[in-house]
Parts: sequence; structure tokens; C-alpha cells
Amino acid sequence: MEMDIPRIELAGIAPEIALTVAALVILVVHAVLGNRFSTWYLPYLATLGLVVAGALAVIVWDVNDLQLSGMIALDNFATFVKVSLAVFGLLTVWLGRDYLTRDRLEESEFYALVLFAVAGMMLMAAAADLIVMFLALETFSIALYVLVAFKRRSTEAQESAMKYFLLGAFSSAFFLFGIALAYGAVGTTNLYSTGPEADSLFRFASAGPSTDLDLLVLAMGLIIVGLGFKIAAVPFHAWTPDAYQGAPSPVTGFMAAGSKIAGFAALIRVLDAILFPLRWDWRPLVIGIAVLTMIVGSVLAVVQEDVKRMLAYSSIAHAGFVLVGVVAANDRGVSGSLFYLATYGLTVVGSFAVVSILAGPGEHRTRLTDYRGAFYQRPLLAGALTLFLLALAGVPVTSGFVAKLVVFGAAIESGYWWLVVIGVLASAIAAFFYLRVLVVMYMQEPIEGVEPAPSGGWLANGVVAITAATTIVFGLAWGPLIDAAEHARFFVAGG
Amino acid sequence: MDLSWLDAAIFAPLVGAVAVAIVPSRNLSTLRLVALASTIMTFLLSLGILVDFEAGTPGFQLTTSLSWIPEWGVGYKTGIDGVSLWMVLLTTFLMPLAVLASWSITRRAKAYFIFLLALQTGMTGVFSSLDMFLFYLFWEATLIPMYFLIGMWGYDRRIYAAMKFFLFTLVGSLLMLAGILFLYFAAGDNPTFEYQALLGTPLALDAQRLLFLAFFASFAVKVPLVPLHTWLPDAHTEAPTAGSVMLAAVLLKMGAYGLIRFAIPFFPDAARELVPLVMTLAIIGILYGALVALVQKDLKRLIAYSSVAHLGFIVLGMFVGTLQGMSGGILQMVNHGLSTGALFMLVGALYDRRHTRLIADYGGLARSVPIMAGVFLFVALSSLGLPALNGFVGEFLVLVGTFFGYRWWVIPAAFGIVLAAIYLLWAYQRVFHGEPATEANRAMADLNVRELVMLAPIVALIIFIGVYPKPFLDRIEPSAERLVQQLKQSSVVPGGGVAEGP
Repeated sequence: MEMDIPRIELAGIAPEIALTVAALVILVVHAVLGNRFSTWYLPYLATLGLVVAGALAVIVWDVNDLQLSGMIALDNFATFVKVSLAVFGLLTVWLGRDYLTRDRLEESEFYALVLFAVAGMMLMAAAADLIVMFLALETFSIALYVLVAFKRRSTEAQESAMKYFLLGAFSSAFFLFGIALAYGAVGTTNLYSTGPEADSLFRFASAGPSTDLDLLVLAMGLIIVGLGFKIAAVPFHAWTPDAYQGAPSPVTGFMAAGSKIAGFAALIRVLDAILFPLRWDWRPLVIGIAVLTMIVGSVLAVVQEDVKRMLAYSSIAHAGFVLVGVVAANDRGVSGSLFYLATYGLTVVGSFAVVSILAGPGEHRTRLTDYRGAFYQRPLLAGALTLFLLALAGVPVTSGFVAKLVVFGAAIESGYWWLVVIGVLASAIAAFFYLRVLVVMYMQEPIEGVEPAPSGGWLANGVVAITAATTIVFGLAWGPLIDAAEHARFFVAGG
Repeated sequence: MDLSWLDAAIFAPLVGAVAVAIVPSRNLSTLRLVALASTIMTFLLSLGILVDFEAGTPGFQLTTSLSWIPEWGVGYKTGIDGVSLWMVLLTTFLMPLAVLASWSITRRAKAYFIFLLALQTGMTGVFSSLDMFLFYLFWEATLIPMYFLIGMWGYDRRIYAAMKFFLFTLVGSLLMLAGILFLYFAAGDNPTFEYQALLGTPLALDAQRLLFLAFFASFAVKVPLVPLHTWLPDAHTEAPTAGSVMLAAVLLKMGAYGLIRFAIPFFPDAARELVPLVMTLAIIGILYGALVALVQKDLKRLIAYSSVAHLGFIVLGMFVGTLQGMSGGILQMVNHGLSTGALFMLVGALYDRRHTRLIADYGGLARSVPIMAGVFLFVALSSLGLPALNGFVGEFLVLVGTFFGYRWWVIPAAFGIVLAAIYLLWAYQRVFHGEPATEANRAMADLNVRELVMLAPIVALIIFIGVYPKPFLDRIEPSAERLVQQLKQSSVVPGGGVAEGP
């Protein structure tokens, strides 16, 4: 006679657990040991936590499972995103360390919050239930609200955080309402069925027309709106420029990279895997959002005079490019979007690393005019920024080009060539403002009598070097990464 | 790994760029010498290509094929035929001369030479790529160095010109990228970027038309065909001398080369349909370019507009669908590179002496600088197609080819040659004849040894091609024949073979 012993499986959330533990340890250790040597041991602890989390994510590669009563999906898709997030987290921690010492800000909270945020983002990628997804969303959002306001004494940061918080709460409400409607339609919030009898969104969506399907479509719309806030898609982007500008630059880079990949991970799982059978219902909406996002993001970036704001609008435009891959809703679309998000994340963290260094103490030098002649004062930093901007513009030899190639390719494979034409025209507009920065850095002389551009600490410089190297490597030898992204498949029942 | 002289010639400049990067930036003369040595080395390597190249065969030679990104069917594939051979050699031949023309660059010379050498790798790569991914990579890679060359070392309106150059080219390139991707997926279940595998991909006529236009957008901007030419006068005028030389001599040829290498063979049916349109644009270019050149006050701008006219000739020859037209067009690509390159070098030499490009500021220079005047006249004559010089051979072949294909189109084209004689000789007369207007003109120094060394090889080649073009045509014609055949083939599938939207 067999007994049903409830399995306790933690492999699916082991990285999140590791991060949470590390974050708590950081808070406790700092409280006990105080500020002596804290600039050393805190980043070490954070690094350790992230490395362990990344390793725990990697070892379950090629496992295909549902855990914790169908709440957590253990699949390569989640793993790919988690590893990317661990890398973004590491870079942010290292960059943040130099930033905090330079600007004399509190420390332990910063690292703990970054780790909590990464944990939430990772959970987002693995969520197999809308409730878990909401939980994850709130976890990382709240951590980010605080991180945005980290420059406590700056009113600008206060304002940014407030805006971000209000609009974020608003979007959470949309998302929650969507979950409620989905529950009303399906009777469960599970994405995948745990047994042959169990209901799930996927089974319901695959079953074909029914009276409650309209309700699910409505729920889907609200969920897209809620996630649209997180990925900064137009028209849900209003918070982005302010939050990006007010937040400390390392946090901005982290938001652009991490928040985006986490939001997209959830969106891609919901749309391209679960609600794939309803693609004719969501595609018009997502196409509309994608077109708006690409065009509005690119056009508004052109008129920005602040580099951080400009990069904020650029990040909006990039959300639009990834959405093109989501619309494609084929294998290449999913792998292309993941490739895009991973490489874009590295590039954008690198760009904000340079911005953070060049901004100087208190981040006063972020206007375009502050970059005049930067190449002649800091050739290496300016050169790295050039590389990042060219990657963001999608110029070959950089990872940004390959990223655009794969998502646009996916869309063409699905027959959306006209969407790609809109995409390439938007990226031509986008190129204009990246070039503006180059013009300022290379073709204008520094203003007389203004203090020269500052240099960074070795950790910050190291982050710039790493991200610059990856930007080139994934632009030339992108085979392994696209291969990994192609293997990043969703959970398949019975597979 | 089987690498050829070609691959060596593509990447040697990058090695040179690294060498330049190592030299301390204070050391101006070392920087120049390293750059010069690297370009000369590259030229010697490219002579290896000429030796290995077998005349009389139409296919690709010196091919290299390496696996690169198998997941996406991307390979490192290079090779050349009779068309690209001369384009590669033109690039490697002019590059040392362009370095010699850069002696006046004293500010930030290190970055300058790095960009110049990177540009060379891009240009050589464009002409040698047999993989669309690789091609696009090189194609865009030429954009960045040129952008910086114009923007950092150009004249007063350099930023405007650099920006315009970059954006015009980018819009075209990106449309081509969408086209390349479409072609990639149209090729079948096993998508590949390989050029020869993509040839003859069956496409519906509608799809062909759109794709041809996407590729055409990119190449027509580069050539440039009127009305997409407006970036050219600005970029050519504002660029430093070497930049203008490489722009006119090689970068514009990338557009014409792209038309015959990619746009026509991939989409022959659409190309045939659009021949009248393209020929009309070419003729408009010939006449418009010449007429606008006639009224220019700025010497560099005058030569820039003459390029519009000359490139019109080249495109005309390529689209008339006859062997003579095609061969003439290809040979004319080389000829225009030599003549216009030399003209820009001469204007650069004038500018170095007097710091003005206005024709009105000169006059009577034939007395103070007789050698320069002689060379200028000689190059101008070659540019306007004087028999026994290179321009004549190319233009004659184009006209003959046009006559066989479209008899009446010869008339406006020939009229363009007359106009070329007028604007070039008139400019020569105003600059070099008459009484010297100022003391500065009277006391101007003649060509120095460096400038003579820089111009002599071009002058020699101009005579050689003019008198004995056979070695060139022998290698061009088999490939040209094949290109003409490709224009006549059809790859259309009735009823559409490619998904047109969901």
C-alpha cells in the first residue's frame, strides 16, 4: 500500500531563498558589527548571496517541473531569466558599492534591498500562478520604490519615488483586478494544470469558445496593462523618465535591466505560453502598444537634454522592440526576446555605470552639456559609453544589433514584416539621440573653466569593462547565448 | 582553416589600427609612418589576390568558408569575382595615398588613423562578403568611422554633415536589414544567410517588389541616386581630404556594387520591372549633378556634384542589360575612384595652402604652381572622358551598351559628358588661369615630394587604363556577363510562395 507523502520541493525557489537569507544576514551583520569595514564585508556578502543564487538557478537547467502545488514553474525559461538577474544584481552591487562610498549613503539597506528585489524578480520569472506573480511583483516593486528614493536628502529623488510608487500601486491594482476576473472566468489562478482533472488558465484558453472566454480576454487585457507599467510600455510609461532621473544611477541601471526582464518574463509566459491559443485576441492590443512604445519612446528621447532622462525614453523604446518579439509568439520570438533582454540589460547597466561615474558626487553632471569633450578627458569611459550607445542604437558588431536581428527575424517569420518596418524606422529615429551624445562627447570641446569629468573607482570601472566586453562578445560570438535562449523552453505538462 | 590573401587584406588594417593605438599619441610622425606602413602592407597583400585571381572565370574565387553562428545559419564566407576584385584593389590602392593626404591632420591624429584603418576593413569586407550577415556587419561598420572622420576632423559644418550622412545611410540600411531577414526566412525550412544559397529564392512578385525597394533604398542612398543624394554634397565638402577621397572613391561604389551584387540577382523580376525608373533616375542624376556642379562656388562641392553625375553613368550602364553597359559601369567605378580621388587630393592640397575652398579666392595659379596645374588639368581631362585616358574607356562602353539596349537614352547621357567638360574646364580656368588675384596665390608653393608621391600612382594608372584596359576588362567581363544574365533570369513563383502576413 502506498502512502501519499507531500513532497517538499524547494529547488524551484532555492535562489530566492538564498537571496532572502543573504539579505537578512546583511541587515543583521551590519546591525551587529556596525560601520567598521562595512564597505568591504557588505558587498562581499551580497556578492556571495547572488553567486549562490545564480548557481542554484543554474543547477536545475533542463529540469521540467511544477513545484509547491503548481505555484512555481521549474523550467529553462525561468532559469535563463534568473541567471540574467543574478548577473544584473552582481553588477549593481559592485557599482553601488563605489557609488555609496562616493556619495556617503547608508549601505546595508541598499544591498539588502537589491537582493530582495532580485529575489522578487526571480520569483516573477518562475511564477506558475497569478497570485505568486502578484506576490513577486509587489516584492520587487516595493524594494525598488525604496531604492529610487535612496538619495534621501534629494527632493528630486523623493518626487521620483513618490511618482513611481503612486503609479506602481495603480498598476498593481490593475493587475490584481485582472487576476480577479481571471479567477471569475476560470475558477483558478493557476497557469498550468497540476493534474489531469485540475483547471488552469492554459487548459481553459485551449478549450475553445465558451461563455466565460470573454471574461478571460478582459482579464488578459488588465494583466497586460499591469505588466505594461513594469516594462515601461506606452501609454503606461509616464513614471519612467522621472523615476530614472531621480534614482541613483546604479539603481536606474538595475531597474532598466532587471525590472524589464522580470516584467517581460511574466508577460511572455502569460501571452506566448499560457494564452497562446488566444493570440488573435491579444495580438491587436500588444501590437498597438508595441507600435506606440517604439515611436513615442524614440521620438520623445530626441528632445531630452538630460542623459538619464534620454536613456529612460530609450528604455521605453526598447520595451517596444522586445514587444515585437512577443507579438511574433513563436519559438524564435521567445528566445529572441530573452536574448534581447539579457544583452540589453548588460548594455544598459554599463551605460548607467558610465553615467554614474561621470555624474560625479551628488550626481550633478547628468545634462548633455556636461558631456562636452568627455572623450578628451576620459577617453576610456567615453569610449565605453560610445560602445553602449551604439549597441542601444543597434549598430552591428555589438550585441544590440544581434538582439534586434533576432526579435525582428522572429516577427518576420510570423509574417509581421510591416511591424518590423515600423520597428526599423523607429530605431533610425532612436539613432539620432544616441548620436547627439557622441557629437557632444567627441565633436565639441570641453567648456573652459569647468571641472573635468570625474573618474570612477576600480569596481565601477570593472563593471564598465565587463559590460563593454559582453556587449562586443555577444555581438560577434552570439551563438552560445542564442543557443541557451533557444533552449529556454517553458514548462510542458507531461514533458 | 583555409584563409586566402583576401582575408588577410580584410583584417590587416585592423592589425594596423591596433599598432597605431599602441604608439604614444605625442609621436605624430611615428603615427603617420605606422599607418602608412600598414596600408602599404595591406596593398602588397592585396597584390597576392591579383596574382591568385584567375581571369576568364565568372564565379567567386579565393573563397573562405568558416562556421560562425550555426544556430542562425551565419557563416564567415568571403570570396571575390571580377567585380569585387577591382573594388578591393581600388580600396587597398587608394588607402596609402589617403594616408599621405592626411599629413595636415595634426590634432588627435591617433584616433584619426585608427578610424581610417577601421574604415578600410569595413570597405574591403563589404566587397568580399558572401554571407548577408557578414555583409551587413561590414556595411554598417563603414558608417561609424566615417561618421567620426567627418564629425571630428571636418570643416565648419561638420557635425551637421556627419549627422546627415549617418542618418540617411542608416534609414536605408535598416530597411535593407528587414529585407535581408525576409529573404532569410523565405529561403525555406533551413534558413541561411549565405549569399549563394539565397540566390534564386522563389518569391512572389509582390514580395519581390517590396524587397527590391528595401534593398534599393539602402543602395540608392549610398550611390546616391537623385533625389536621395542630398547628404552627399555636405558630407563630401565637410569631410577631411582623406575622408572625401574614400567617400567618393569607395563608399559610393558600395551602393552601385550592392545593386548589381544583391538587388538585381535576388529580385530579377522586380528589377526588370523597375529598369525604366532606375534609368530615369540615373539620367536625372547625370544631368542634374552636372548642372548643379556648374554653378558651385566651392571647389569641393563642385567635385561632389560631379560624383552624382558620374555615379548616374555607372548605374545607367548597370541597368541597360547589355554586357558593354555592365562592363563599362564596373570599369567606370574604378575610373571614378581614381579621378575623383585625385581631384579631392588636389583640392585638399590647395586648401592646405590657402585655407579656402572658394573658386573665387583662387586664380592665376598656373604661374605659381605649374606642376599642380598640370596634374589638375590631367585628372580633370580623365574625369571628363578624354580619349586615351581611363574615363573615356568606361564612358564609351556605357554609351555603347546603352545604345544597344535603349537607343534614345544615349542622347541625354552624352549631353552629360559635354556638361562635364564645361564645369571641369571652367573650374580649371578660373582657378589656374588669369592673373593671380592675391599675393598669397602668387607665392603659393607647388606640389611637394609627398604630394607628388601620392598623385603619381594615380596618374600612372589613369594612363594605363586609358591605353590598355584589357587586363581589367578580361577580369571584369566574365563576371559582368553573369550579372547581365542574372538580370534576365526569373525567380518568381506564381500565386505567391511566401506568407504575406498572418
